[in-house]
Amino acid sequence: MTWLVFAFAVWALGWTVNNWLARLRPNRAITLLVPIIFGATLLGIWEGVVQGLEISPILLPAPTMIAQRTAASVDILWVDFVQTVIKGALSGYVMGCGGAFLIAIAIDRFPFLQRGLLPVGNFVAALPVVGMAPILVMWFGFDWQSKAAIVVVMVFFPMLVNTVQGLQSSTAMQRDLMRTYAAGYWVTLFKLRLPAAMPFVFNGLKIGTTLALIGAIVAEFFGSPIRGMGFRISTSVGQLALDLVWAEIFVAAVAGSAFYGFVALLERRVTFWHPSQRK
Amino acid sequence: MPVAVVVTVIIAIWYAAAVGLNAPWAHDKAKRAGQELGLAALVQDTWSQDKPKLPAPHQVGAEIWKTTVQKKITSKRSLVYHGWITLSATLLGFGFGTVFGILLAVGIVYNRTMDMSVMPWVIASQTIPILAIAPMIIVVLNAVGISGLLPKAMISMYLSFFPVVVGMVKGLRSPDRMQLDQMRTWNASAAQTFWRLRLPSSMPYLFTSLKIAMAASLVGAIVGELPTGAVAGLGARLLAGSYYGQTIQIWSALIAAAALAAVLVSLIGVLQRVTLRRMGMQE
Repeated sequence: MTWLVFAFAVWALGWTVNNWLARLRPNRAITLLVPIIFGATLLGIWEGVVQGLEISPILLPAPTMIAQRTAASVDILWVDFVQTVIKGALSGYVMGCGGAFLIAIAIDRFPFLQRGLLPVGNFVAALPVVGMAPILVMWFGFDWQSKAAIVVVMVFFPMLVNTVQGLQSSTAMQRDLMRTYAAGYWVTLFKLRLPAAMPFVFNGLKIGTTLALIGAIVAEFFGSPIRGMGFRISTSVGQLALDLVWAEIFVAAVAGSAFYGFVALLERRVTFWHPSQRK
Repeated sequence: MPVAVVVTVIIAIWYAAAVGLNAPWAHDKAKRAGQELGLAALVQDTWSQDKPKLPAPHQVGAEIWKTTVQKKITSKRSLVYHGWITLSATLLGFGFGTVFGILLAVGIVYNRTMDMSVMPWVIASQTIPILAIAPMIIVVLNAVGISGLLPKAMISMYLSFFPVVVGMVKGLRSPDRMQLDQMRTWNASAAQTFWRLRLPSSMPYLFTSLKIAMAASLVGAIVGELPTGAVAGLGARLLAGSYYGQTIQIWSALIAAAALAAVLVSLIGVLQRVTLRRMGMQE
């Protein structure tokens, strides 16, 4: 009972504080603080409800329990992290995005390919590409190569479509100006069109970050060596060691957010001129 | 025209790749039988193996034909049956996700506190590879006694609410100052402003995000079927196929999923065109 009261108190407190903060003149600290308080409130409610209603840890472990487990199994989590994120997701992400970027530049030179490949690319980008996972696991074996392969396939088309769109985003006026400067194809590409394409490219890169992690983890459900986050999740679910599963999810969440945040930071540095990045 | 050419080229590459990938097995077989394999025989063999590494398009086509048209719909081997199971989970999750997403978006647009506290988490929630915890959601809900459609639909819902929230927040905020001021000069109440101005002007955004949400929802349903012990659904077909090395079955499930995605997304496209035209928003 006290735990339930605690949960309610946390909720009331968090909401009041946030309401008060939101009415103040917004500055950097407040825009950062409000979501943090909200998150902390959620965690508090979670803890209180789980303890108060005595929900079995097999169904939903309390946050403190997950934190303990995370601290206790750092070595396992690290091994899994290296296997899935570094070897599987990152290498596939780099190959997929890099390849798509280069091919997009090639496509851009040929209007015929543009008209033919873009609809197909758009179509494929909407398909459940994760389904390719069992096939690629069959082709490339159980180790990280097959995970990287599925990541390549998953990030390729969103990246391709976005880059091609971005390369077309410079206006006719701007291109004409380059012509009056007697700039050739390559100069125009590097000085005008690639920079102009960057907001779109980063859009593709950001979509890719989440897809990469999903692809790498899901591919492990179809077969993997005895390490890796997807492997650990599916086996721990079988053993009902849900706290370890949540610890893996915690790591995945942190890794995913950090990955996304890094790309977003890079975007801010590269496309500082774009209206959406200006303060 | 260009699309047709590209598709033809892709199919041609597919056939060629089938020859390349399946050749080792064909050579192996021929060697054990003590025969030399000519080019024609090689091609013929690689395109008609039982468990090829990469089945040729016509094999997949034949399998799809066999499992859709020639089987009874209620049969466990019918692709229509499995497709229906996946489809129902997808639609249910999509429905929940859309409603939840729109409500959340309305809250975010009308309540400053919600905007500041929830919005960052909505975005952060998508950087979490949620599909990874799909098996856990299934198992846990199973333990509480909820099984079947609902757990899968929950995963679909989680994946599909995000595009809707982001799109609708943008859409509900799309009326400009001038239009909002106009509503004020007409002494419109908050509800009237919502129903007459904000909601209608958010429609183009809504449909764009619905398309993304639908695709995401299908992915969620398929992945949600993976850990249920391969009972039914397109995801289960994929998993069973990968356990038993039935590549043709995997590919036909994959193509069926792709077709399903294409049909669903283009349905929303049609709906979008009709609605926007009736609202006079089609340019």
